[in-house]
Amino acid sequence: MATAAARDTAGGPTAYDAPADPGDTAAFQRAFDAAVAADERIEPRDWMPDAYRATLVRQIAQHAHSEIIGMQPEANWITRAPSLRRKAILMAKVQDEAGHGLYLYSAAETLGVSRDELLDKLHAGRQKYSSIFNYPTLTWADVGAIGWLVDGAAITNQVPLCRCSYGPYARAMVRVCKEESFHQRQGYEMLLALSKGTPEQHAMAQDAVDRWWWPSLMMFGPPDDESQHSAQSMAWKIKRHSNDELRQRFVDICVPQAESLGLTLPDPDLRWNEERGHHDFGAIDWSEFWDVLKGNGPCNDQRLSRRRQAHEEGAWVREAAAAHAAKHRNDTTGATRA
Amino acid sequence: MTTTPAADTAVTAAALALGDDALVLSHRLGEWAGHAPVLEEEVALANIALDLLGQARVLLSMAGDEDELAFLREERAFRNLQLVEQPNGDFAHTIARQLYFSVYQHLLHDRLASGDGPFAPLAGKAVKEAAYHRDHAEQWTLRLGDGTDESHARMQAAVDALWRYTGEMFQPVEGIDGVDWPGLESTWRDIVEDVLGRATLTLPEGPRTGAWRAGAGRQGLHTEPFGRMLAEMQHLHRSHPGATW
Amino acid sequence: MTHTDWPLWEVFVRSRRGLSHTHAGSLHAPDAELALRNARDLYTRRGEGVSIWVVPSSSITASSPDEKDPFFEPAADKPYRHPTFYEIPEGVQHL
Repeated sequence: MATAAARDTAGGPTAYDAPADPGDTAAFQRAFDAAVAADERIEPRDWMPDAYRATLVRQIAQHAHSEIIGMQPEANWITRAPSLRRKAILMAKVQDEAGHGLYLYSAAETLGVSRDELLDKLHAGRQKYSSIFNYPTLTWADVGAIGWLVDGAAITNQVPLCRCSYGPYARAMVRVCKEESFHQRQGYEMLLALSKGTPEQHAMAQDAVDRWWWPSLMMFGPPDDESQHSAQSMAWKIKRHSNDELRQRFVDICVPQAESLGLTLPDPDLRWNEERGHHDFGAIDWSEFWDVLKGNGPCNDQRLSRRRQAHEEGAWVREAAAAHAAKHRNDTTGATRA
Repeated sequence: MTTTPAADTAVTAAALALGDDALVLSHRLGEWAGHAPVLEEEVALANIALDLLGQARVLLSMAGDEDELAFLREERAFRNLQLVEQPNGDFAHTIARQLYFSVYQHLLHDRLASGDGPFAPLAGKAVKEAAYHRDHAEQWTLRLGDGTDESHARMQAAVDALWRYTGEMFQPVEGIDGVDWPGLESTWRDIVEDVLGRATLTLPEGPRTGAWRAGAGRQGLHTEPFGRMLAEMQHLHRSHPGATW
Repeated sequence: MTHTDWPLWEVFVRSRRGLSHTHAGSLHAPDAELALRNARDLYTRRGEGVSIWVVPSSSITASSPDEKDPFFEPAADKPYRHPTFYEIPEGVQHL
């Protein structure tokens, strides 16, 4: 078996080294572990432990579901956007979220599950999406706060996923992250305009930040000592940093950004800790987090029933297109490769 | 409050007519966000809406301040076709509306692009966008018309229901010169008839000028759903007079 | 819940003239024509492409990771196929 170093003799890096005997599971496990340890990517047809596959399906599906459920709170304001420029930006952003959902469902499908199966699970409440989308967008400024804080937290979480050990997920995340940076910047710009606008606009912006700050911190998941999936995901290099580590990074990034906005973060305990080189921040109300996760957030029912409704109302369209394709399967169409 | 466009010239009138068409249809398509029948179609509908919004912004800016015109005019000052303000309905109604309008817009911009009038630069870009919108509408008309029994019935119902709003498209628009409107109409009709035929659908019959008046939208007479659409679209902007966003 | 079985398509995009098509991702579509249009909307909406191929995923035959050794290892010990294998005296140009 070639080692990573020996592989440098010719050509690029190859996929990780599968053992010769297809029945030797222990050897497969060793080869898989070695590939992960060497920071190689696992690709769809490689052998992988069942638990690794299951973890990825769960995480990628949850991520994809979050993108499409996440369209709702922002789409809520497309028809009310207060300028044509903002309307175009918001439409493009919500469209990107549909696109991100598509990239992620495709990544999940390389693991042997279909998008239909995953959507069924979402609709039946058997797979989760990010709890943050169970909060309502009550004013226009919420769209800005989502861009700045929610997308900001998402990016902090997602950038390390671009180096995730599973190739298709990592590649989808590269594309997603490239597009997300526009989302965060437009949110920040929108809040800045509001903060510097009329007193009513400023108050609207502050109110939105007050409501979205704590839920955004919860997006990094429970504290490290209570996180049930974290340790194994770190070992598999699906996850690269702990929840608390990423949360701290996010707080440190946001504090100066809030100052530039002229807005305050709703935490009296937030202050710089010289010794740690980080900001200290107040205790998070985890009972709220678990409550929303269990389905008792302000919008859980609304989000899910709206998603189901769109899916059910679209069934006849999807059936029609499939029926049309079946009737015309033998028509030759389109250009050949060019 | 009513904002009067900067100069009440013929060009301004035409810019408003074409700009309002694009603005209002874009708004209706934006209402689909999160509701499309399949994820791929979310992306497609948003692309079309964004193209139209881009056209609207250029056109309204030719007539004055885009935001004042979009958010501060009363319903009676809008010059869009009644067709584009019709509610989305089911996906078949949206596709029928897209088919009727995008074929019209493609033909019209094609003519405007080949001239040297004030709309030629915009039309040169819009004609490519409209060609894609038309293709999208045709593809879906074929699939829904020649899909299942249910989709066929829904699509036929949709083309029938919206037919009455199509006559208005061929009333000459003030400020647009050099367009052979009857010629445009017959070409439009041939294209639509061909697409519907291939989709196993029937070209609707009967009056196309609505029950009461042709060209009503262009004169600021709209249908009831339009007022509610504007109320939603304008309320935030109007709630903060003079604010910038 | 109804399932309509829109098949999966692989999308290849040529980012600009002179480059090959490279795999961009995949999507679902009922037929080739809509697959092409969906690919245009999804994978080139920021101007990422000048040409698109779509291929039904089921039409792709892939080498198996289990056959990797017979497939690819024989190529790994033939460094003489690479120009860096050869030592050329210093000062010799255009080689």
